[in-house]
Amino acid sequence: MSKTVSAIGVTLVLASALLGAGCSKQRQAKQGNRKPAPEFSLKDANGQTVHLSDYKGKVVLLDFWATWCGPCKVEIPWFMDFESQFKNQGFAVLGVSMDEDGWAAIKPYVQDRKMNYRVLLGNDQVSTSYGGLDALPTTLLIDRDGNIASVHEGITMGKEEFKNAIVRLLDSPSARIPVVSHGALALLRSPGPR
Amino acid sequence: MFLTAPWLSLEAQAPGNAVLTLAPSTRLTIQRGGSADFSLKAELQPGFHVNSNMPGDDYLIPIKLTWNKDPLEAEQVTYPKAQTEKLSFSANPISVYTGSFEIGTHFKAPTGAMPGMAFMNGKLRYQACNNKECLPPRTLDVRVTLDIQ
Repeated sequence: MSKTVSAIGVTLVLASALLGAGCSKQRQAKQGNRKPAPEFSLKDANGQTVHLSDYKGKVVLLDFWATWCGPCKVEIPWFMDFESQFKNQGFAVLGVSMDEDGWAAIKPYVQDRKMNYRVLLGNDQVSTSYGGLDALPTTLLIDRDGNIASVHEGITMGKEEFKNAIVRLLDSPSARIPVVSHGALALLRSPGPR
Repeated sequence: MFLTAPWLSLEAQAPGNAVLTLAPSTRLTIQRGGSADFSLKAELQPGFHVNSNMPGDDYLIPIKLTWNKDPLEAEQVTYPKAQTEKLSFSANPISVYTGSFEIGTHFKAPTGAMPGMAFMNGKLRYQACNNKECLPPRTLDVRVTLDIQ
């Protein structure tokens, strides 16, 4: 899976295509320019198949992470709080682990930290469809329509900023919120249908 | 016989946008039945670190240099002293390398080694992060040009 995560010298142009906006470390998306988040089919810890489309109608925080990723540890407690706070308002966190060692590495980590949101095991296909994932964490906020509102490569903003962005998406399901995108955002090829 | 050959022919470079690069070096000369020391010099981009060979956290991926079993025997790989750093994302200090560092290998040439030019191939596995993000684990091919005498 290291190939997965590392593959791809994807350029900012791809992220730009995804966001429908140009690429820089901070940028607001233009209204109406959101692109669909690529569909995926991944297994959770119980072996259940999960599709991103299962969450259509909800705001989704999609976090690509790994157990070996130190900065990912910072955000996980935030995301646990968001899951607790907003799950009854049509919100869900999905953590997609890119660990090479699979569930053997992931399960103890999830249990140690009492992670309360759904964790999935990533694969080459999802990495490719999301542009290669040059760095972790890579976090996307996806609106209720299944469109990508923002992409964050690395820790690009604090907990309150994330929370505010979630709240705005929850309050305005079809509205576009300002997008703050940082880092390489080496993420997305032309998104597929969701 | 012990020949010190601190800088040898190394033909590995980090691909693409890797933050760790390996320095090219000169050829390693070694006598059959003798030994020689090799130093792999690595340099990280400012702001990045890699985990040391003993990072102090089971979840972290240690740096590791491994060698093929021939034509030389890698008797010992010696990692430099690591820095202990308290990073924003770690509750406890972790053991890392930053900047330039060298990993040593003590090679021994079997008495029956074929004299002449040869290559010693190995792999360097590492995983780099900065304060904001981590890059995926990478494995670099390392190749040393040998002159076995």
